[in-house]
Amino acid sequence: MSFTLDQRLAAPLPDPAGEAGYAEHPPRMGFFTDTSVCIGCKACEVACKEWNLVPDDGLDLTGMSYDNSVGLGASTWRHVAFVEQTTPDRHAVDLGMPSVPQGAVEADREVRWLMASDVCKHCTHAACLDVCPTGSLFRTEFGTVVVQEDICNGCGYCVPACPYGVIDIRPGDGRAWKCTLCYDRLGAGQEPACAKACPTDSIQFGELDELRERAARRVDALQAAGVEKARLYGHDPADGVGGDGAFFLLLDEPEVYGLPPDPVVTTRDLPAMWKRAAVAAAGVVAAVAAAFLGAAR
Amino acid sequence: MTRAHADRRKPVEEPAVPPADFRSYYGRPILKQPTWKNPDVPGYLFSGGLAGASAVVAEFARATGRPGLARTARLGAAGGALAGVVLLVHDLHRPARFLNMLRVVKPTSPLSVGTWILSPFSALASAAAASELTGIAPALGRLAGVGAAALGGPMTSYTAVLLTNTAVPAWHGAYREMPFVFGGSAAAAAGGLGLVGAPVAENAPAARLGAAGAAVELAAGALMEHRLGLIGDRYRTGAAGTCMRVAKALSVIGAAGALAGRRHRGVAAASGAALMAGSLLTRFGVFLAGKASAADPRDTVVPQRARAAEADRAQAPEGTG
Repeated sequence: MSFTLDQRLAAPLPDPAGEAGYAEHPPRMGFFTDTSVCIGCKACEVACKEWNLVPDDGLDLTGMSYDNSVGLGASTWRHVAFVEQTTPDRHAVDLGMPSVPQGAVEADREVRWLMASDVCKHCTHAACLDVCPTGSLFRTEFGTVVVQEDICNGCGYCVPACPYGVIDIRPGDGRAWKCTLCYDRLGAGQEPACAKACPTDSIQFGELDELRERAARRVDALQAAGVEKARLYGHDPADGVGGDGAFFLLLDEPEVYGLPPDPVVTTRDLPAMWKRAAVAAAGVVAAVAAAFLGAAR
Repeated sequence: MTRAHADRRKPVEEPAVPPADFRSYYGRPILKQPTWKNPDVPGYLFSGGLAGASAVVAEFARATGRPGLARTARLGAAGGALAGVVLLVHDLHRPARFLNMLRVVKPTSPLSVGTWILSPFSALASAAAASELTGIAPALGRLAGVGAAALGGPMTSYTAVLLTNTAVPAWHGAYREMPFVFGGSAAAAAGGLGLVGAPVAENAPAARLGAAGAAVELAAGALMEHRLGLIGDRYRTGAAGTCMRVAKALSVIGAAGALAGRRHRGVAAASGAALMAGSLLTRFGVFLAGKASAADPRDTVVPQRARAAEADRAQAPEGTG
């Protein structure tokens, strides 16, 4: 199989594991996180920490609703975001559930709570993997992106390369860490710990092609039910990162959840960068030559 | 709760340009802060550039019969390269594993490409300088010098790709101009070093190179800030802005002094020092601008929103929207 430079760097790529050199490999696996059914229980955060032996990284009371883990990082591989909004009252059907009086809100407004479990996107075009100078980051046979902790030397290049701000250096340890999509569990035919623990199936694990179909049906159903702001995020193989292996159904704009609205893998522009650097390098040599040419004694 | 801007509720003076309206998750940055250490990385950007351009200067100086300038440039090339190796190994969060850099050759990783430029360059430049100082194996030393000079050009500009091949808006958005800012900066530094170290009878090429390098550094920098638009203010504000302003002043003073006063020993040395300091501060300014850019969700959200809106408009069928 052969791939063009464009396909390798940024264009739609149907088979990232094949591009990485796996002749025979299982189908691409991923996550579909349907935030419309997330209840903010954080079971995913706990299950991830437990299974992957991710160390404690401090407990701050942030004042950001119920979010005290703040964001993804070297020691937070699943992160549940909590967004509190007031929206026009939709006069939802009263299910007779116990509720709290919303005294501070005007009569025509209601409070809505957006909860979303964020995770590494396992990009089709993963900038972290592209820029890693040691080969520590690699593409697995499942099409996911994993750090080899016995190789990483903590150079930190992956950190500013990630357009989602996912991977980070763990203080005191010095190596880069992120979600592995439970590579060890996948190898044993198990689903990742977070998906296993999710009580509402907000986190769905499976073959990426099948998840994309399921997500398209779900967003259509929500739209038809009047949830106009429901949209998929990271599902499109034609987007700036070639589509995410872990994609989402969101109920508001991505930046409301701390996600970039239109991320692009930095490596897309790398050929242009190298060309310009080559011109600049030649320019420096030419400038030195010119400085000597006919210079006074 | 989302908010458009962190200080929205505070009564503030109306700015000349209103802040772009955008939403975020509690004002938290979207990108992670670069974990590259300060001063290690900006220090290396300077020392690597100085070394690369100096290696080229050394060979031209030798070929045109300027032994004093050649010696200064050789020592600058070796010193800058060795300092760079130390700074880069120290920058690693697992320095004992620095040899893992040599496991692979990866064109998509400017750090890998840079490793394969810096490693032979530092070895060759050091060998040339050692031969120059000791007089041992002069022919091999000269050969090593030529080899170092061949890698000198790439040494000056690959570091621009290192920074711009990231998601940091103030770096990535500057990828067209940054190689020329860094190339100019490296030439200014190498010219400056020649002015400091070479006898006045031999320093004419150093003065010309220093002034030309400073001019390119300033012009490419101005173009870069202009083309970055909204994000260009990362290079004008805060600690980065201070570095860039002082750098510009030093570069102008150094270039003028180099051209006008190179025949005066004191003026030549002071001008050379100013050119080098200007180059160094430019690297710090660029480094700090990127850190500030990564820390503010505005830089990530506003341009991406604009880009997405433009793509939507382009996709919309004619006669609608």
